[in-house]
Amino acid sequence: MTRPTADIRPSSQPPHPPARPIYTFFTRPQVIALVAVLLVNWLLFPGFFTITWQDGRLFGSLIDVLNRGAPVAILAIGMTAVIATKGVDLSVGAVMAISGAVAATLVSSGVPATVAVLAALAAGLLCGLWNGILVTVLDIQPIIATLVLMVAGRGLAQLITEGSIVTFADPLLVFLGTGSILGLPTPVVIAIVLMIVATLIVRRTALGLLIEAVGVNRSAARFAGLSAGTLLLIVYTFAGFCAAIAGLIVAGDIRGADANNAGLWLELDAILAVVIGGTSLMGGRFSIPLAVLGAMIIQAMNTGILISGFSPEFNLVVKSAVIIVILVLQSPLSARVFRRRPDGRPGNPQ
Amino acid sequence: MSDTDKTPVLEARGIVKVFGQHRALDTVDFTANAGEVHALLGENGAGKSTLIKILTGAYQPDSGALLLDGEPIHLRDPLHGQSYGIGTVYQEVNLLPNRSVAENLFLGRQPTRFGLIDRRRSEDLARDLLARYGLAIDVRAELSEFSVAVQQIVAIARAVELSGKVLVLDEPTASLDRNEVQRLFEVVRNLRDQGLSIIFITHFLDQVFDLADRVTILRNGRKIVTQPLNTLSTTDVVRMMLGKDVAFDHHPSALGGAARGDVHVQFKGLGRKDMSPFDLAIHEGEVVGVAGLLGSGRTEVARLMFGVDTADQGEVVVKGKAMTIRNPAQAVAAGFGFCPEDRKLDGIFGDLSVRENIIIALQAKLGWFRTLNRDDQIELAGRYAEALDIRAANHDMPVRLLSGGNQQKVILARWLAIDPTFLILDEPTRGIDVGAHAEIVRTINRLREEGLALFVISSELDEVVAYSNRVVVMRDREMVAELAGDAIAPDGIVQAIAGTPRETNA
Repeated sequence: MTRPTADIRPSSQPPHPPARPIYTFFTRPQVIALVAVLLVNWLLFPGFFTITWQDGRLFGSLIDVLNRGAPVAILAIGMTAVIATKGVDLSVGAVMAISGAVAATLVSSGVPATVAVLAALAAGLLCGLWNGILVTVLDIQPIIATLVLMVAGRGLAQLITEGSIVTFADPLLVFLGTGSILGLPTPVVIAIVLMIVATLIVRRTALGLLIEAVGVNRSAARFAGLSAGTLLLIVYTFAGFCAAIAGLIVAGDIRGADANNAGLWLELDAILAVVIGGTSLMGGRFSIPLAVLGAMIIQAMNTGILISGFSPEFNLVVKSAVIIVILVLQSPLSARVFRRRPDGRPGNPQ
Repeated sequence: MSDTDKTPVLEARGIVKVFGQHRALDTVDFTANAGEVHALLGENGAGKSTLIKILTGAYQPDSGALLLDGEPIHLRDPLHGQSYGIGTVYQEVNLLPNRSVAENLFLGRQPTRFGLIDRRRSEDLARDLLARYGLAIDVRAELSEFSVAVQQIVAIARAVELSGKVLVLDEPTASLDRNEVQRLFEVVRNLRDQGLSIIFITHFLDQVFDLADRVTILRNGRKIVTQPLNTLSTTDVVRMMLGKDVAFDHHPSALGGAARGDVHVQFKGLGRKDMSPFDLAIHEGEVVGVAGLLGSGRTEVARLMFGVDTADQGEVVVKGKAMTIRNPAQAVAAGFGFCPEDRKLDGIFGDLSVRENIIIALQAKLGWFRTLNRDDQIELAGRYAEALDIRAANHDMPVRLLSGGNQQKVILARWLAIDPTFLILDEPTRGIDVGAHAEIVRTINRLREEGLALFVISSELDEVVAYSNRVVVMRDREMVAELAGDAIAPDGIVQAIAGTPRETNA
């Protein structure tokens, strides 16, 4: 059967702008903000950009920022997909604690490390699936649905560790937290690989577009024949998976599982990183690499305040000031002032 | 009604408004008199809403002057306009649905006692006020408990209370059914007789002729004419709006006997607890029109067919094969498409681009991993935008920036892209301009000729008559009549809707 187009002669089509040139990436507010924070760090601490090669790996403040920022960056990768669907996952910090507790308890009871790592990842997937089921099947608002696990998760982690801090010296777990690959700290490598893989999966398949569609208008998504439920299950499960990886890294770093403090408040940093990365809490357009950049901005500020000798209390004040600046830069107001569109693309509305 | 016995209240002289390169209004004069209903007509993009925004203070003109009772005024914003007596009521009621009627009426200026809100007095005042509009409702109840018509009247009452000289009604009837429209018109006529100047914007020409005294027609930012309506015919008005003649096909018999193909889709006893089971077979190359008042179950039938609501009973047979349709994804897999009634809520993805809005259903049907790449998307979007004459500066702009008519065409394009065999259209021409309207009616006819089965719901009887092979009439969530051939005529449909001499249903 021919479509109605068949007998219509083509006329001039509206122009489609070419793909964005690569240099526009460097004019994004997030990149400018990161560079600014790094420069301030350098002014406060002239040795900030010094990187040395020691014992087969890189050392330096910059590497430290990457290393310390990796767990939040990994959380932010999962969180981006969730927020793009107009949801939020408050439980990722607690899931980190569960994952660490599972791995630590298993290795200390003699289970092979690979099995323990897989079990921890499976626990994260399960937690994410639980959130997804609450959100899709029971149709609970995401902030409430994930609050359940945020509170209960720490309790679960404490039950697993039986209330104590379970320490270990398993080489695989320690490698995940403090090892290095090709001179870079393992957490950094994991975060970069995860970022690239996740970005490729959402952008090379239709997954990204479908996630955005669900976030922009869930009802219209249903009418258009999308299985919004399946998509939501996937993004929450993925967020749980990311949280489990972050939990393993943090546990490996301190060589122990601290059910009370592992990942505490990190869900908020992850949400912040996503928002700094330009993904709206109202769902829709999202960018995983920019969310990772957001995590790096947060960590650069933390590190800067630490090495410059200010007391850590300043951290919160400075952080909020920088956040305000970034959000103002992203607002429609500044888009008007700088004659750019909020999403940074050249636009030509009617 | 002649111009001379009326005094001008609000006057606009030589208004110019420029957006970037685009002259939205080009030296437009407009005069609203006391005690008249003045209709403002024009296609989308003609400059109606820009003019209204200037008259109410939302925009400032680049040149030209506003005069109120002969005195020049400069409006900073709508609130400032309100203080001069210029009030507006929009299509979507701009009140607080979860507050009481009385609170909505007096919000911001409630009667107080000892510095506290005097609830009882405010409720008494509200009752008195609404009584003048012939409305006897519980003013303590939440506004959202009432029909849109009642909410609309409450909004008018509030606007008249606050301003009281000029009332702007921006598409007030778009979501009302016939009786509600009549009720609203009585209210408006009353206000006119009290000397208010009313500016009325709508897409429904019959309502213009029903209600308005004078009409101003805009086209491409210029005023074409201001004239008393009793000197004009519908054809005159349409011709001036479009700048050309349009003719709808008004020969029902030609379609009644038109050739049609085999049965394509059959609904056998499909029903749900709130919907009586119905049987319907739709052939290839056939348009089944659906008529009925709002709330008669028209939309519910469409939702059942498409699996938006799950049927409790009955079956769906496509080309002789029984299908399970329990959600829209399964309906799409069966080759169905559905343009829903509420474009904004259920149709468009506002922030996504025109291109993404067009390809989304096809992409969802293909699945996640058979991805349409950028070139495929550009090609598809270009092809269907072309076929339906979708007017967008480019296909990467967010679809929410398009006009209602173009958004409707985008949704239609989305379904044509999946190559459907059965298309459900729920009020496809509601709230869109005359040009887009004609385009969509043409598309329906073209799709039928190509052998699609179509199920089209519309409140506009002329339109239903023009494109339907058969018309199904709904009343009280039941299909009460089916008209074919010569029986398809507006008066016959009205009789069937009203339920005149037929056996009573138990």
